Order: sequence, then structure tokens, then C-alpha cells
Amino acid sequence: MEGKIAIRKIVVPGEEIDEKGKPGNGVFVENGKLYSAYLGIVDTRAGYVNVIPLSGCYIPKKGDKVIGKIIDLAPMNWVVDINAPYYAPLHVNDVPWRVEFGDTGRYLSIGDVILAKVSNVNELGQVWITLKEQGLRKLEGGHIIKISPFKVPRVIGKGGSMIQMLKDYTGCRIYVGQNGIIWISGPPEGIITVIKAIRMIENEAHTYGLTDRVKEFLEENRGESNGNEE
Amino acid sequence: MGMKSDIKLIDDNGLRIDGRLPNQLRPIKMEVGILKRADGSAFVEWGGNKIIAAVYGPNEAYPKHVQEADKAIVRARYNMAPFSVDERKRPGPDRRAVELSKVISEALESVIFVEKYPRTSIDVYIEVLQADAGTRVAGITAASLALADAGIPMRDLIVGCAAGKVDDVVVLDLNKEEDNFGQADVPMAIMPRTKEIALLQMDGDMTYEELTTAMEMAMDAAKKIHEMQVEALKRKYIKEVDEDD
Amino acid sequence: MTNSKFTAGVIPEMQRKYIHKLASQGTRVDGRNFDEIRKLTITKGYIPRAEGSALVNLGDTRVLVGVKIEPGTPFPDTPNMGILTTNAELAPLASPTFEPGPPGEEAIELARVVDRGIREGHAVDLEKLVIEEGEKVWVVFIDIHVLDYDGNLFDAAGYGALAALTNAIVPASRYELGDDFSLPVQHYPVPVTFAKIGNWIVADPNLDEESIASARLTVTTSEEGHINAMQKGLCGTFTYEEVQKVINMSMNIGAKVREIILGDSNVKED
Repeated sequence: MEGKIAIRKIVVPGEEIDEKGKPGNGVFVENGKLYSAYLGIVDTRAGYVNVIPLSGCYIPKKGDKVIGKIIDLAPMNWVVDINAPYYAPLHVNDVPWRVEFGDTGRYLSIGDVILAKVSNVNELGQVWITLKEQGLRKLEGGHIIKISPFKVPRVIGKGGSMIQMLKDYTGCRIYVGQNGIIWISGPPEGIITVIKAIRMIENEAHTYGLTDRVKEFLEENRGESNGNEE
Repeated sequence: MGMKSDIKLIDDNGLRIDGRLPNQLRPIKMEVGILKRADGSAFVEWGGNKIIAAVYGPNEAYPKHVQEADKAIVRARYNMAPFSVDERKRPGPDRRAVELSKVISEALESVIFVEKYPRTSIDVYIEVLQADAGTRVAGITAASLALADAGIPMRDLIVGCAAGKVDDVVVLDLNKEEDNFGQADVPMAIMPRTKEIALLQMDGDMTYEELTTAMEMAMDAAKKIHEMQVEALKRKYIKEVDEDD
Repeated sequence: MTNSKFTAGVIPEMQRKYIHKLASQGTRVDGRNFDEIRKLTITKGYIPRAEGSALVNLGDTRVLVGVKIEPGTPFPDTPNMGILTTNAELAPLASPTFEPGPPGEEAIELARVVDRGIREGHAVDLEKLVIEEGEKVWVVFIDIHVLDYDGNLFDAAGYGALAALTNAIVPASRYELGDDFSLPVQHYPVPVTFAKIGNWIVADPNLDEESIASARLTVTTSEEGHINAMQKGLCGTFTYEEVQKVINMSMNIGAKVREIILGDSNVKED
């Protein structure tokens, strides 16, 4: 399971993919041949040939939980940066509070960070998000960092194993948005360790034995009082 | 082009002043993902050229009136550092930089699946840190790498390469002296898979045979440069394995 | 691709609180001590075509400084002195918040702060740059090119400028004005910038810290322990005691930085 990605073939834009199957995501067909549209890895499943990009911006999907930042207010909505090509409006009907017209600033102000869900996406790339669901809320305290959205699965780990390990060793609360924004809350030395571990996962996402190395790193940093091990 | 000179650019053995054969490229080095803040980046050393390209986006295009409802706009900015040339260049874009930015933008847009990101812009910054002739083609080569690194969907990479004429000989990849004292320069950008030409300029004086020879030479060299691009892109991810300490 | 527009512009209130909390516990976002600067590496002679150059990495902030030297006319009030001029470009490739176009106020402030340190610290012996008194002198252009912006450009640019000057050659032979000679650098003024975060003061702020700092102070000191330039920025204030502390810290840090700048770090030709 570890390093499964590493043995997969890396392809570049325009590279022919010599696998049989129907064109899936991240590939295109010309003269009956399949080509990659991305710098990515080939992933063939259920008869479809896909290329999973190794980098790029977050493209919202309905149902994704994302961490966003309020960047503007309007009388009936907030404008939220969810690290996608487009800003997402959060309408007053999509929050768990009853907001009077023009009173949005009382509930969420510019610079606030929220955990939200993508409620809809249209073909133009426009996105709507909601806070009306259990667990969605304004995030308070803690720290946020950003990683490539394509490395989110790696940070979460199989069945949440990686993120659980980070939590167990550091005592931090961690929430990984599908959009690559990660919220970490807990003792500062724990947060510093978590950030270093996440950077390590990000940089070595395609390697074998990553879980073991992260574990080793966390062991070394366990109980560090000042989190400064250089 | 066209400056008169007594310098002999091709010697009696048919070698150029830097010792190259007519169809030989200068040494080229490429590295992908070198900047922290950009969404994608690349560094290309090509002869004495040192060029960084960075990509930001796609992001909602601003100001709003530049947005296109059905596609992303591609905005490349070619810029030379003041210390990149012998005579200090005044900072900021001159007419040449404006023109090059335009043709480079168009060349890059030709491979990008722009329809995937309506109303956005993809910004490409090409910074020439040291110039040694052929900056636009080296810049395009770097920009193509930075776009791939930024995860922008494209139907091909783009390879820049120039050929020209010096001392009545068609040569590949002109160096600075050849550019200054030669007879013609043909900068090109080529899609390596389909062989489509995404950028083509020419100045100087060439016969039809010379021009076609030059273009074929550049297109042939593009294959080699493309291999280097592919290797540089893949190396970024393989390097991450090796650097594990 | 670890960063983009998300961290630009609006600063989450959360970030501010977190960094304050860390400071109250004696540490920083990247685990540094308050008086600890990020890893500094300097590659001199990075642009062989320039008369002098240096590529500076201060943590993830990366700045390239090039020096060009050309003959020119002296200013009427200083006929027996060469000319020093500093320019900075915040190239848009360095940050999602940098816009193309002519230098804005940030770039101008950056250039002037670096210039002031070099000029007031008499780094370059301008009197040795006269070709013909009142008629022709050497003009030294320092061009600061920001490539990757992760905070504290003043110091990265200041180190780059000094390093580039120390390896600059005056190209006299190109203009048929005698033999080339090393640019006469006689003093080594080094800036160190501090940010005030709550009631704490930290050296060499990174972008996260810089973006929530209330005040900023750059102090440039010489190898003789003299202060050559200061620049306070942002809307917050410092107390007198804080300024004293900052000056002392600047001298201590500056001495270490000076060793790195003067160290043997010329680019290897291969």
C-alpha cells in the first residue's frame, strides 16, 4: 500500500498513454490515441484511463468539506476564498443563524476562517458553500497552513491513519480541508511538529515507507518542550 | 542582426566561435518547482541565459472586464532584469518586452485547455536574470515547465528553439555574438508531439532553402529539448524520493 | 506548489492570535528563538555578466542583486565623487500580491532603505570612482530583484547588495579607461530587521509574522559597531528601551551576518 503511487508511471502533458480503456479524467483523445493533459500519474480503473494530477489548484466538488477565509461582506452573503480559481459566496440562507439584511458582519467578519461544505458547483465553475450541517462552523484558535490539494489523501492516510497518528503524537486537533487548507489547534510545540510532519509528507508523498518515517520523526519530537530541534 | 563586423563567426573547420557545430545546441539545464510562493515554477540555464518562469492561477481574472465568459485568459510577462545585459537595462517593460509578452502569451495559450477555467486568468512571469541571446525561446521552454508544474491542463508541452544564419551558414541556437553579428535569427516555439508551431518570428536575410533548413534544424533540436523537459518534470518527483534523509 | 493566493491579502484573525500565543511562550511559527534569523546563504557572482552579483536565500525569501557600473556625469555638488544608485523591483513572480508595472511605494521604500545603509555606511569609497573631476565618474547601479517573497525583504536585499558590491569589478577596460579594478569597498554596513508582535520583538520576521506585525524596525550597523541607518515602518510604535534592545540585537546578529557575507561563497563555475 505504501508507495503504491511511486511505482505508477508519471506522465507529462501531451504524453501518449499506452493503456487500453475509455478516456477518463485528465486525458484526451486524438486520432484514437490517449494522451495525458497533466503532469500526473496514470490510474486505470473500471475500464477508464485517468491521469491524476500531481499538482494544481483545488477544483471544488459537491460535498467536499473545505476550509475557507472570509474576504468580503455583502448585505445577503459573505465572499469566501476557498483556494479555488473562484471565490465562493456563502448566502445568509446557508448559515445556521437568522441574519437580518445587511447584518452579515455581526456573524462572520473579514479574516474569519470557516469549515464549510461545497453545496453546489455548476459547469461555469461557480461554487456555493454552506454552513448548515453538523460540525460546520467558524474555526477559532489554532493555525492554518496550505498544501497541494492533490496531497490531501496522503496527509489523511488510508482510513485516516496518518492524520490519526499526527493527532495521537502531538495532542493537536487537525482538520484537513479537501481544498488543501489544514487547520491545526493545540499546544504550540505540537503545532510546530505537526507542520514539520505535514511538510515532510508533502515532500515525500511518492515514497515508500513514509508512514514509518513520519512515525520516527514524531517519536523524536515527542515531548519536545520548545519544539526547536535544529 | 546585421551589425557589420570583422569577427569570423565560422572557422575554417566549420566550427563556431564557441566551438559548436552548426547544428549543435548550447548546454541546457532545467529545474522544476524552484519557487515557494508560485503555483508552478521552473529555472532554465541555456548557454549564458538564466531564466526563471513562474505561474500563478488560474484565479478569477481581474479587472473584471478582461474576463472571458468561456475560457481562461493567458497573460505572460517577459521581463529583463536591469543587470541581465552588458549595458544596464532600464527597469520596466519596453516595446520589445511588450511584443514578446504578447507572442509568448499566444504561444502558451495554444496548448492550454483554457475552456476548463472560464473567467479566470493564468499569469506567467518570465524573468530573464542573465541574457545571452535566445531569451524568448528559453523563456517559453521554462514557462511550459512552470505551467505543467502548476497543474495546468495542456495538450502538449511547448519547446522554444531558435536557428539562424551566420557567415552564410545556417546554424542552430545562436549565441550572443552570432545574434549581434549574424545575418538572420528565427525564434520558434514548437509543440513536440504534433510538431505544430506556436511561435515563429524571423529577422535578417535568408533564402528559402536557408530558412527551411533553419526551421527543420530547430524542430529537430526541439525533440532533444523536449526530452530534457520531460526528464526535468519527472525528476522533480523522483528527486523527492532521493532527498529523503 | 505549497502556497498561493490563499495566504495573500486578508490575514485570518486566527493567525494573529496564534502567533501572539506562540510569542507569549517564547517561540515562533517556525520554532526559532526571538533573536534567531533564518538560514542565510549567499551565492556571489551568480550573474557573471553583471559587474557584481549575489543571490541571497534568507529562509524561503530569495533575492537577486546585480551591480552594473558605467561611466557617467557627476552631480554638480559632488564633482569629485562617484555615484551610487539603488533600484528595487518586486517582480510579480515573487508573490501573488505583487503587480506588474512601475515600482510602487513598497519597492521604493525597499530600495531607499538598502541605499541608505550602503551610502551612510560609506560601503563604497566613492572618491575613488572619479575618472575626471567634475566631468566623468563611475556610476554604480545596484538592482534588487525579488524572486520569492517570504518576508523581510530589507535584510535579504541589504545582504545581497553588500555581497554584490564586494565582488564587483569596475569595467574600466571596456570603456578604454585603463585596467579593470575591484570596486573599492571599505565598510560593511549590515541591516537587521525586527518586527513587533504584541509586546514581543523578533528578528528577521517571515511572511506570517510580518503580515501581523504592528511595527517594524531596521537597524544597519557597521563592522566598527556604528549605526548607519534606521528605518521604522508600520503603524505601531516602539519604546525607547525596545529601540535600544533592537540596536544591540542588530549589532550582534549583524556581526554574524557580516561573516557570512564576507565568507567565501563564490559560485562554482562548472
